[in-house]
Amino acid sequence: MMNATIAKLALQALLGRRRFYVLLAFPVLLIGLVALVTALTDGDAAYGVLPNLGYPLVLPLVAILAASSVLGPEVDDGSIVYLLSKPVNRYGVAASKWVVALGATLVAGALPILVAALITGDSTRALALFVASTVAGTAYAALFLAISAVTRHAVIASLMFVLIWESLLGNLFSGIAWLSIGQWGLRVGHAISAELPDPANLPYAVIASLVVTVVGVWFAGDRLRSFSLRGED
Amino acid sequence: MSTLVLDSASRWFGNVVAVNDVSLSIGPGVTGLLGPNGAGKTTLMAMMSGFLAPSSGHVTLDGEPVWRNTETYRQVGLVPERELSFGYLTGRQFVRANADLHRLPDAAAATERILEVADMVEPASRRLDTYSKGMRQRVKIAAALVHDPSVLLLDEPFNGVDPRQRMHLMDLLRRLGDEGRTVLFSSHILEEVERLARHIEVVVSGRHAASGDFGAIRRLMTDRPVQYAIQSSDDRALAAALMAEESVRAVSLRADGLDVQVGDLGSFAVSLPGLARQHDVTLFELSPSDESLESVFAYLVAR
Repeated sequence: MMNATIAKLALQALLGRRRFYVLLAFPVLLIGLVALVTALTDGDAAYGVLPNLGYPLVLPLVAILAASSVLGPEVDDGSIVYLLSKPVNRYGVAASKWVVALGATLVAGALPILVAALITGDSTRALALFVASTVAGTAYAALFLAISAVTRHAVIASLMFVLIWESLLGNLFSGIAWLSIGQWGLRVGHAISAELPDPANLPYAVIASLVVTVVGVWFAGDRLRSFSLRGED
Repeated sequence: MSTLVLDSASRWFGNVVAVNDVSLSIGPGVTGLLGPNGAGKTTLMAMMSGFLAPSSGHVTLDGEPVWRNTETYRQVGLVPERELSFGYLTGRQFVRANADLHRLPDAAAATERILEVADMVEPASRRLDTYSKGMRQRVKIAAALVHDPSVLLLDEPFNGVDPRQRMHLMDLLRRLGDEGRTVLFSSHILEEVERLARHIEVVVSGRHAASGDFGAIRRLMTDRPVQYAIQSSDDRALAAALMAEESVRAVSLRADGLDVQVGDLGSFAVSLPGLARQHDVTLFELSPSDESLESVFAYLVAR
């Protein structure tokens, strides 16, 4: 299913663009901020940065940047035809790109959250948050990849999902937790440390994350199967 | 040996019909797809390469539909008009990636072989974003040929390529056609198509306007009636004299000159100066009023 050449090209596309530095800036700023607050305040104030900023914002933003970088530009300018005019399985192309986006999300999103959480002490809590970030990052990467495969405005659409649906409406209506990738991740993390909230039930959170991941990657592959070139005329 | 067949294929985008009921069959050798800009060449190419579903009709390669059929690409090499956006790769890396995507048993050797064929060995270690237009075109062709396909589709391959490089590319394509491959390229320039293709398909406004060997198409295009605008010292006298000429089909007077429709271009061009002298008329201006390629195409469609 995986295609090493596609994955390699996707990684080169990710590392070769200026967006990559933006992607790196997030974890650096997050860890810096947590370290600074830890040094300046007593008690557990620094940890608050993570559930309020790091997890609900930095993690999905990193996933958006990663997912849209591995697919978006190629679909936009049509140069993906160079990859698709080959006898390669389209679902394999989507899966390979998803793996690269996931890797970037974990390295630039989940891992820095773990590091930042460890700075604030309590390694169980840090581990729980890392697991939550990994679960959510996996589903985010697939969802945002699917969005990148359908619209040129993938970054905007993905941002709307995170900022308006998950953050704004999610804070107003607790029921949205059932349809929020971030909340599913937290629920899985809650199984490790009770310091994380318990917004939904565990089997549902696990299954929902899996479904979004599998359907997202499959859908991206299916869109690639039907990829159309539209001429200027 | 492969044959690409369009069977009453149409494609529309909303209300706009880009390709209208086109049936044609493209076999081994070099075929030129000729048509003015906006005629639907790119849409046709996209349908033939499996990157666009026909709205109605069928597009098949050796009997197999090409849409949503990734296996076709084992036989097809595609050179899209799109720019390469892999500027961070070297020419060799790019061609090699194509070879790897085809899972060729010896991708490294295939890469070197095809770089040789496309005459790209020397610049192959440079990054794509340092290439000239002609080099980029050649590396695209190399990438499309690396798996030794029986069909090669090229969308406007000579656009922006300088004359020397164009000669090179034409030689390469001619060689590929002689090897028995089915080579199809699109162009909006008649001379280009004429120099390379033995067989020409003409599309105008999404319709299949003509098909055949280049001599026949050329004759169709030059034997058509041609319109001239003439200004002279005595338009009416000249008009009367012209009307007696066999090559002239119609003359009409305008306020500031006359329009002449000519059937046989050659004899008209020879006889006009003598005719003017004989009737003591001075010619001020003689200009073809519909020599654009578009009008040639329009004639072919109306015929």
